[in-house]
Amino acid sequence: MHDAPSAKELVEAVKSFIDNTAMTQLTGHAAFHARVASNALATVLREMEQRPAAEADERTRLQALLNSQETDVGALNRALCEEIQAGRVDLTTPSLLTHLKSTTIDQLSVDQPGYSGLRTAAR
Amino acid sequence: MGTVTDIEKALSDWATTHYGAGAAIAGLRRLSGGASQETWAFEVDAGDKSEALILRRAPGGTAATRSSEAVTLATEAALLAQTDKAGVRVPGVRHVSPPGSPLGEAFVMKRIEGETLGRKILRDEEYTLARTRLTRDCGEALAGIHSVSLNGLPELPHSMGRDQLDKYEAIYRDFNLPRPVFELAFAWLKANEPEPATPVLVHGDFRLGNLIVDQNGLGAVLDWELAHIGDPREDIAWVCVNSWRFGQTENRVGGFGQLDEMLDAYAQAGGARFRPADIDWWEMLGSLKWGVMCMIMYSAFKTGADRSVERAAIGRRVSETEIDLINLFEGLGRNA
Repeated sequence: MHDAPSAKELVEAVKSFIDNTAMTQLTGHAAFHARVASNALATVLREMEQRPAAEADERTRLQALLNSQETDVGALNRALCEEIQAGRVDLTTPSLLTHLKSTTIDQLSVDQPGYSGLRTAAR
Repeated sequence: MGTVTDIEKALSDWATTHYGAGAAIAGLRRLSGGASQETWAFEVDAGDKSEALILRRAPGGTAATRSSEAVTLATEAALLAQTDKAGVRVPGVRHVSPPGSPLGEAFVMKRIEGETLGRKILRDEEYTLARTRLTRDCGEALAGIHSVSLNGLPELPHSMGRDQLDKYEAIYRDFNLPRPVFELAFAWLKANEPEPATPVLVHGDFRLGNLIVDQNGLGAVLDWELAHIGDPREDIAWVCVNSWRFGQTENRVGGFGQLDEMLDAYAQAGGARFRPADIDWWEMLGSLKWGVMCMIMYSAFKTGADRSVERAAIGRRVSETEIDLINLFEGLGRNA
């Protein structure tokens, strides 16, 4: 399959169209939604760049935490949720909070890198 | 029923009975309106006297399908009247219009000048003095709200901490989108549930955005739609939730104040004496609730009820409440 333009380049082109052409001609509610759309595309671009490495780290941590060979991150998270709900894993479990914090920091770095709670977490 | 002309006519008729034969209304304009509520601004000119007013009205003037938790407009008006009597800064109610009347289901209240946007209140020089007073003002307002006798109140939903925890957990589980941080928060909140306090009138959405602030401090407490009978610590904690600090995380109360100071003002104004640690559980519940609410808004997109980009994108704000919960968990470790 071709990669010229790449998915990243296409998203960048659409974002640039929203920011530099569409947004300047919109007012009121439509302008607000254009800004939200531009921010959503920025999230997509960050995700394309950051998700593979972040998810690989998350998988490694989850496998260690759950002592599991499972490779699907969704399945691992589901298993972790079940362990927490059953009370077998809680705040006293070594490395649980560290893992959740790393995962949430990586998630927020994609979703909302400017959010104040991220600065608090980094301190 | 429900055109601008109809509303104008109904308001004019009301103005002449309420303010005198020469009274006229002017400048009627729609401020906002969702599916459940219309808000209009207008002025009454009655010779030597003129008054700026707000009309809150059910869409089309008929009883609306409001969300299951939201109280009716008549209840909202009654709450404004009761809290006004208790000395809370709220807009005075001028008129309550029943369903089926020319104006439809609605009420008219005084228009209070000031700012509601959190970022402006926290940042603009205009509110420098206000920011020094807002913490005490909020403590006093909450003490006033929580002091209202339950006997004189209209029928309200009852919802204590555990009720809310169970309700939001059920919603979260229905989505079948497992999030370990929320899972941990539900488990911790259940394991560490405090003794319920004596039930009081709870505002239910007391935070920047729903408070009118002028240069001198708190001008009025708005948006009583989520009022209920519940635990006073719910209101105190909700204004502390980091989502409403607009980046000023170091100021636990709304991004402008310290909790000690608000709790002192609250107790001096007749409220119970709480310690900051009493608020931790409720702030955690507040962040978790807001996280699930963001999931609810995203689900409107997922199910096709609202395919706007805004509803889609809010799903990527859930992680904001997850980091807030993590920070709260780490704080517990430090304070232990």
